[in-house]
Amino acid sequence: MSTVTATAAPTKLWGGGKSPFNVEYGKLMMWYFLMSDAFTFGAFLISYGTIRFSSNGWPNPNEVFKSFPFAPEGVHAPLVFVSIMTFILIISSVTMVLAVHAGKQMDKNAVVRNLILTIIGGIAFLSCQAWEWNHLHSEGAWWGANPFLNADGTQSSTNFTNYFFTITGFHGFHVFSGVVINIIMLIMTLLDKFEKRGHYLMIEKAGLYWHFVDLVWVFVFTCFYLI
Amino acid sequence: MSHTVEALHHDDGSAVKEIWKVTGILSLLTIVELVLGFVMMRVDDASLRLSIKGGIVILMIAKAFYIVGYFMHLKHELKNLIMTIVVPLALFIWFITAFLYEGNSYKNLRNRYDPYKKAQTEIKVHKSEEVKEIKASGE
Repeated sequence: MSTVTATAAPTKLWGGGKSPFNVEYGKLMMWYFLMSDAFTFGAFLISYGTIRFSSNGWPNPNEVFKSFPFAPEGVHAPLVFVSIMTFILIISSVTMVLAVHAGKQMDKNAVVRNLILTIIGGIAFLSCQAWEWNHLHSEGAWWGANPFLNADGTQSSTNFTNYFFTITGFHGFHVFSGVVINIIMLIMTLLDKFEKRGHYLMIEKAGLYWHFVDLVWVFVFTCFYLI
Repeated sequence: MSHTVEALHHDDGSAVKEIWKVTGILSLLTIVELVLGFVMMRVDDASLRLSIKGGIVILMIAKAFYIVGYFMHLKHELKNLIMTIVVPLALFIWFITAFLYEGNSYKNLRNRYDPYKKAQTEIKVHKSEEVKEIKASGE
């Protein structure tokens, strides 16, 4: 008898009339979009890995990414600037979770506060990236130009800079669109759109996108700066 | 299934506590990654460097798990939803294995059958001299 009730409960989930995933349609589709986006980023990073594995030499990231804003020229501070960028993105992800959580509590002021903090974090990250790109460009690095030597002192190909600028650029574009989405969410919150709807599910969807941007950075950061 | 649905809405205090706990874990994992990165700068042994890189990759996957599981709330969703997201992503295991193997194999084959190319990639460049040469030719 107990087995009958145990199997009867899950079939009710697929019995129609409600989402078998217990999530709203838009949120499910956001998950599927993010999955497809994960494959796009995955394809970029795996392509980078394949080329790196097929090369006899590769530049040492600690020799390339060693600069810091306002530091004197020739300073050797590897990993320092990029770890600040990483923490900015982690903290902005935390404020986004707090905004989503506040939305569930229907706490408009907390949503506004945390969304503003998230937007500031996103803009701070983009500013850091803009500085880094500008600095690398001033050193002669760009698509098709690689001034850095391989770790063993041999001539490096332009694969390194091509992949770096393409993948961090694609990620930076995602951060930029995430900031735009968050600003739209902020305006909609301030206009009481979600209060009138009776739920803040839109913030959850924007939150999923923002966390995905943070997730991708975890991989980009590891593949380009650490390994 | 009602118990699963109820588990999705845990009370206010524990949810916020969980957010800060995960923040702490993510920060800690990042700091360990950075420490390993700094340690690796002082290591010359190739196999030891490779194992440190393996450790960094494991920490990276742990960070991804915490972001997707807790920040994106996937761990608290229904099992159906988790499976429809995670199972397709398992293709990555094969993609990464196949493509990195292929890249490595291409390198080995080219080094064996194209000695000219291999010799070219073994020439050391002295950067300061190169810059001087370019300047000299420019004048």
